[in-house]
Amino acid sequence: MNLDQFIENFADLFDETDPDTIQASTRFKELEEWSSLLALSVIAMIDEEYDVEFRGDDIRGSNTVEDLYKIVETRVEELD
Amino acid sequence: MATIKFHGVGIKAMSACVPPDVVYNKDLGYLIPEEEIEKVIDNIGVVERRIAADDVTASDLCYKAACQLMADNDIDPASIDVLLFMSQTPDYRIPATSCLLQHRLGLPRETMCMDISLGCSGYLYALSTAFAYASMEGENRVLLLDGETFSKIVNRRDKVDWPLYGDAGTATLIEKGDYGDSTFMLYTDGSGLEALKIHAGMRNPITAESLVEREQEDGNIRNDLEVFMDGMDVFNFAISKVPKSIKQLLKTTEQTIDDVDYLVFHQANLFMMDFFVKKLKADPSRVPHCIQKYGNTSSTSVPLTISSELAGKLEGTHNVILSAFGAGLSWGAAMMQMRDCKVSPVIEY
Repeated sequence: MNLDQFIENFADLFDETDPDTIQASTRFKELEEWSSLLALSVIAMIDEEYDVEFRGDDIRGSNTVEDLYKIVETRVEELD
Repeated sequence: MATIKFHGVGIKAMSACVPPDVVYNKDLGYLIPEEEIEKVIDNIGVVERRIAADDVTASDLCYKAACQLMADNDIDPASIDVLLFMSQTPDYRIPATSCLLQHRLGLPRETMCMDISLGCSGYLYALSTAFAYASMEGENRVLLLDGETFSKIVNRRDKVDWPLYGDAGTATLIEKGDYGDSTFMLYTDGSGLEALKIHAGMRNPITAESLVEREQEDGNIRNDLEVFMDGMDVFNFAISKVPKSIKQLLKTTEQTIDDVDYLVFHQANLFMMDFFVKKLKADPSRVPHCIQKYGNTSSTSVPLTISSELAGKLEGTHNVILSAFGAGLSWGAAMMQMRDCKVSPVIEY
């Protein structure tokens, strides 16, 4: 697990947002392009790249990209 | 895990009926900002849907589909031993709608009738029930009617559900015959109760208050007799369970994804189906869609997709996987060798 790689995977989901503007501290729900459909892309990306489940409450309870990363990191560690 | 195998029973014929009234998602400007509508349509894949008139129910659509099936295949109503009606939008709470349909279709009084109630996974469960009855001694033909009119239980100001759902009715005739193996694998996780639900019922008794529309999460409007869906939780459930269930089915039946001629998914939304195709490394040309025309018709979507997209294509022998998932949470997949299945084109009523 690597935060920079996670941020890159996360930024790839956006079409109109400059990837350079997305950082660990970015409050993703405040991005203009953020939507409920993008939330589904995040869940799909996490399933594909990290093979862990990500629920609606995980997204609702997160504010920054790093918050998301920390949940994924914990789930991946639980699997090991 | 329920793994069920059948031999010597199969699907003889299928038909479907949709309402003539078309609702276009491009007209949802009152619900979704204009600049986002196109993106929403691209993502969920629903361009238009069919919505039943106030006086048309799921059983009406199924009745028309059944009449078409019987006419196209010269089926004597007296030859039907079992009638199953699968729906969560039945005509009445009492009696079971299958009983009304027995009378309306002119089936004999010796017909065994039963309703089945499940969410979007329902067709698979009902089909496995139909196969089970058709396998028994004393019963040769089962008519399975699967219809839904979610437009009657979804609020038009609910931006999660309203752009998705459409109405339809279908008929499937199952009988004993020279059919190959069919394998059903069915699963349930009742801990997911809250993901997809209508609040009011017997647990939460219906009162005058139940009919009051309220603003809910993210500005969605609904009353307690209308469907709620947590889109993210349902999505997470589907992407984590559906590809695995299909891989398990392929393993159990000792087949590979390349042996499958058609992979028919519950038409939940296009983004999700594309994800499944990618994850299973399936050939997209073998995965038919009708979501663009008819939306998500709940349990009806699997047979509707076959009627809409595979009419005339199921002559001869074909390996077909059916996969469905929904409220419960409930999901499953079935592999069957379909032989000379007569599929009538979709009609309107």
